[in-house]
Order: sequence, then C-alpha cells, then structure tokens
Amino acid sequence: MATTEILLAGFGGQGVLFAGKILAYCGLMDNKELSWLPSYGPEMRGGTANCSVCISDEPIGSPLVLTPDILIAMNQPSFDKFVNDVKPGGKVFYDSTLIENECTRTDIEIYAVPSSQLADDNELKGGSNIVLLGKVFKETELFNVDVFKKAIEKIVPPAKAQLITNNFKAFELGMNA
Amino acid sequence: MKGAVKALERNLMKGNEALAEAAIRAGCKCFFGYPITPQTELAAYMAKRMNKAGGVFLQAESEIAAINMVLGAASTGVRAMTSSSSPGLSLKSEGISYIAGSDVPAVIINVQRGGPGLGGIQPSQADYWQATKALGHGDFHLLVFAPASVQEMVDMVVRAFDKADEYRMPAMILADGLLGQMMEPVSFPEIKANCVDKSSWAADGHKGKRAHHIINSLYLKPDELEKSVSDRFARYDVIKSKETDAELYLTEDCDILLCAFGATARVVKSAVNEARAQGIKAGLFRPKTLWPFPVKEINEAAKSAKKLLSVEMSMGQMIDDIKLAINCSKPVEFYGRTGGVIPTPAEVLAEIKKVGGAE
Repeated sequence: MATTEILLAGFGGQGVLFAGKILAYCGLMDNKELSWLPSYGPEMRGGTANCSVCISDEPIGSPLVLTPDILIAMNQPSFDKFVNDVKPGGKVFYDSTLIENECTRTDIEIYAVPSSQLADDNELKGGSNIVLLGKVFKETELFNVDVFKKAIEKIVPPAKAQLITNNFKAFELGMNA
Repeated sequence: MKGAVKALERNLMKGNEALAEAAIRAGCKCFFGYPITPQTELAAYMAKRMNKAGGVFLQAESEIAAINMVLGAASTGVRAMTSSSSPGLSLKSEGISYIAGSDVPAVIINVQRGGPGLGGIQPSQADYWQATKALGHGDFHLLVFAPASVQEMVDMVVRAFDKADEYRMPAMILADGLLGQMMEPVSFPEIKANCVDKSSWAADGHKGKRAHHIINSLYLKPDELEKSVSDRFARYDVIKSKETDAELYLTEDCDILLCAFGATARVVKSAVNEARAQGIKAGLFRPKTLWPFPVKEINEAAKSAKKLLSVEMSMGQMIDDIKLAINCSKPVEFYGRTGGVIPTPAEVLAEIKKVGGAE
C-alpha cells in the first residue's frame, strides 16, 4: 500500500483531532506505519482545527498533508479551503448538515453525509465526526471495521465504557448513510 | 496517558510525551521547567508522572530559575533536565554556560519555534547556530543531538543522559515543533540507567568523611581559567573523534548530496526518493549529532557528489558547518524556509532540479 494521506478539518470542538487520532490508532492496531500531526497554532483556540494523518506500509516522510487522498471536512471554511487540494482520484467526505457543496470538480468522489443531523437525531450529540468516519470506512479500503473497534477500545479508558457503545452507534450510522 | 507505558509495546505518543517518558526511564530524577508552546506536553507529562516515578517536577518562576535549579540538582549527581522552546532557551543560556563551566552533566531540550524575538509558535530550525556555536558566553560546547522521529527522540534522550554523565557536560536535544507535536508509533526499550560513578565530584554531602567537593565556574587567575578551559577542550577532542553520528541514505553513487537534519530530513528524504524515481541520482546526509558535526561521515557521503544542497528551516545555518567539513571542496547550495514554514517535498525536488541534479 502506498501512503494514504488524510486531512481532517473543521471547527475546534468538533472532534477533528480525535477523529484523526482514531485513524492513527487504527494504523497502530493494523501494524502500519503512521503519523498524526495536529495544527497547534492560534487557529485551534476558537477557530479552525485540522490534522494530518498518514498511513503506509513504508516509513512516513513528511507528516504534513498538503494534497490529501482523503479529505474529511466538518465546516464550510475547511471544505472551501481544502477541496481543491485533494489529489485527482481522491475522496471527500463532508457534513452536509453544515456545508454547502459548490465544488465543480469531477476528478474526485464527493460523499455528502448529514452527519450532524444523524448524530443529533440519534441522541449522539458531538458524534458527527464518528459518523463521518463510518462513511470513510465504508467507501475506502483503508481498514476493516474490526480495526475501528479495536482502536476505540484502545483509546477510550474502561471507566468511560459507555462512550465505546456511543462511538460504535455513530460509526454504524455513518456506515449505513 | 493511562498509567505507566509498557516497555517494548508499540505505543502512539506525541514527540513531547515520548521525550518525557524516555527521560524518566533514563533515570531523570529532577525536572524543572517553565511553560512554552510547542513543548508544553513534555512538562505536562512530567507533572503527571514524575511524582509517581519517585522524582521531582517543579514549575519554576521563570526559565532562568529553572536552568539554575538544573545546575543545583545536577551538582549533587542526580540526573536533571529542563525543556523549553526557542525564546526560553535564550533565557536559559546564562545557566547553561555555568553548567558547562562547572563541568556538570545535564540534559536540555529545545523544541524549536520560529524567531527571532517572540517569533511564532510553528516549527523552525533557526536555533542551529545557538545550539552548536553560542548557547551562552565563553569557550564551551554542548553535545547536540538532532532526532528526526518520535522513536529517535526516545533513543537520543537516553544517549544524551549517558553521554552527559560520561563527559560531565550539558547535552541538548534539538527538536522542533513538528516533531514535538506529531504522534508516531514508538516503543521503549528496557532502559538500564547507566550508573556512572559521580562520587569523585558530586556535591552530595560529605558527612565529615572526605574533603569538600566544590562545584564552581569562577577562576579569577587567568592561568587557572585557561587550564580549566584547555582541559575541557581536550575532552572535546575525544568527543569529536568518538561521538559523531549520521545517517547516509542513497549516497554511494549520488550526483547531488542533500544535507538536512531533524524534521526537514523527513521532507528531504521524500524528495530524494522522488528524484531517484525520476532518474536523478540524489542522496541524503542526515547528521544525528550536530555537535560534534559528523565531518568524516559527510566526506564519505559526498565522495561521488558534484554538488551539495543544504535544506533547513532557517535562512541557512548548518550550511556553514557543511562548507567547513568538506573544506569548501565542492559547491554547497542552500534552500530553506523560515518563520515556521515547513518546506514541501515538491519544493525540495524543484530545487534539486534547479541546482543541477537534473538528468
């Protein structure tokens, strides 16, 4: 597998970094090489947050993703800013509750997921990021579903076990969206 | 952070956290710091773990206080460390000079950000000169290690403590915001804290049973000061011959030799691979020790090269050491970004073609 470069972007507080962390842990559980690099500038204090994740069989060179294979966009500014950077043949996943897609590119696949709406309707407030991940898992060959489950169980401490169930639920919603 | 990290297991950690965990495993008993982005996670990790590990974490009132606490603790023979980022290092420079002048081992971490002044908080390598040439007043050096991955941060912290003890001098890990903030898989070898006998000099209490040990950097008689400096430089000669380290990547047949350290070397390696795929014979020389600079290694790497190209996150600092190391025997070009901008593999590849690596 060549390196898959993933860019996740949205508002601070939407769980962009956490969703990236889950992908990174998936790489860890799947014995891949990987890197996770957050934006840590002033933008994460109230503005946009983004994070670069690279997954590969080879050691990772630059961990900074500029031209993603996969873009996960959770707000309008991030979608508008990054959609043109996606590699030809790449995939874009976005929260269609919050984002209007005015992109005219035909060389990429764009998946609209009403992830905020789905999360809210199912009493999973704040689970929009995981709903989107569910869709990513369905539409790409990145990891199989078991790897997601292993990663979540690794990240969430046993004391907060109810969060594991909620994450699984949100993930399923995305898989079926 | 859920309790202690298990040895040998593949963990996912930020570079800053891995530096802290490795220091604790290497037997660091005292950490003194003052907060600054982008190294904050290191101090935060120490605050959580140090107490449980039987050591001391103390947030000092300033960088200057923190480095002088390191001098005090290290004078008693315990392993002590401080960490900061660029502007903080400038503040610590007085204390580092005293540590060097007192022949006391200590580990100092710089997770670099853009400068000068308060600068910015994004990754930079513009403290190369400071680290290798002038981290404080007077004739002295630090051992300077330049990791390029989270795993290497772990390995180099352990080495820094061992070498600092062995040569009784300060050692620095020169990292940057990118390495500090990124997460990568990392494992911790079973580290045996190398127990160096410090009983001949440590000021750890004599209980009336031996003469005082005096830790001092003040010599008012020029002859005495000259001798103490000369003795130190005799040790530096040993270090220069024994402690250099570098990675040579695809250098055997290279026409153009790229030189880069730390995070930049990762970007450059991607560019070198791409250049090779396009038929350009590019290679990479990556110093892992910046002081002592790997002179022998770069001459070996540059054997077949017609040109060298130094790539740095600065306006060009390591390039001076490269020119000295090869005695200006070949042209050395430069490409850099500064102020917190990270060069891209595409930019570096374009530069390779521009300076004459083209087919």
